[in-house]
Amino acid sequence: MIALLALFAVWTGWRVFRVDSMVRASFALMLSFVSVGAIGVLLSAPYIGVATVFMMAVEMMVMAIFMVMFMMNPAGLNPMVMVHQHRLSIAAGVLAFVGLSAAILLSPLPSDPVPEGSDVVAQLGHELLGPSMLVFETAGVTLLATMVGAVILSSRQGWFGAADHGSRPPDLTAGGDPAGRQPGDGGGHGHHHHGGH
Amino acid sequence: MTLTIVLLAAAALIGIGLYGALSQQSFVMLMMGLELMLNGALLAVVGFWSQSLGGMPEGQLMAIIVMAVMAVEMAIGFALIVAVYRKRQADMTESIGTLKQ
Repeated sequence: MIALLALFAVWTGWRVFRVDSMVRASFALMLSFVSVGAIGVLLSAPYIGVATVFMMAVEMMVMAIFMVMFMMNPAGLNPMVMVHQHRLSIAAGVLAFVGLSAAILLSPLPSDPVPEGSDVVAQLGHELLGPSMLVFETAGVTLLATMVGAVILSSRQGWFGAADHGSRPPDLTAGGDPAGRQPGDGGGHGHHHHGGH
Repeated sequence: MTLTIVLLAAAALIGIGLYGALSQQSFVMLMMGLELMLNGALLAVVGFWSQSLGGMPEGQLMAIIVMAVMAVEMAIGFALIVAVYRKRQADMTESIGTLKQ
């Protein structure tokens, strides 16, 4: 069962980069997360597993909404291949898999499973609000900072206009033209991909 | 045996995620690669905790931290995408090539 779920998680993970629509890709990713959560439940980590499923279901819905808002071709009506440095990426992925697999297969893995009938969720709760409270609280404050940062980053410009208003990039050579994109020339080449390639 | 299967699946997820993060041009697809790598990390943590730690609760804590990292990555990543899109109308990595200079 666990092997089947693991296989399904990997297959759906692979589908993420093979389907033609980004919404489908996000649902494939969600299926991958759900099967990882189910593996967690089967491996006697019910809290982690169920929390993963809930969190990822919501997260992928948000992702799907983002796709529809910003991205080309959310419905997958025409083929979608948008990749760069393809060979390098394949090589890096395969290398990572082969290296990790070799490490897994060649090293002696300790075997000390969770004792039968131990109350893992209660243990987790006592750990979170006991010895590891500092870690837990730090994660909470980090999430709060994340919320503030996300709001600031995604909000419209502040009271005093754009942050780079009137700024000028430094010259590449003394007295020469400013480097890079000039402020105020807009997006320039933003939407060149909307033909669908 | 279970641990080996789970860890191999985690390794495969990390490999696929690395491929996606390096190869995709769209920011959102790129973030899906990152999420897939974190998915593999979560799977490996849960597998190790379940099969070789004798039920130490710190293992579950580790998994919770991985999930917190996922949430942070997702929120800040999408906020950055929105910010870049507002500023440059860009949703592909090639569109912000001036960062190279």
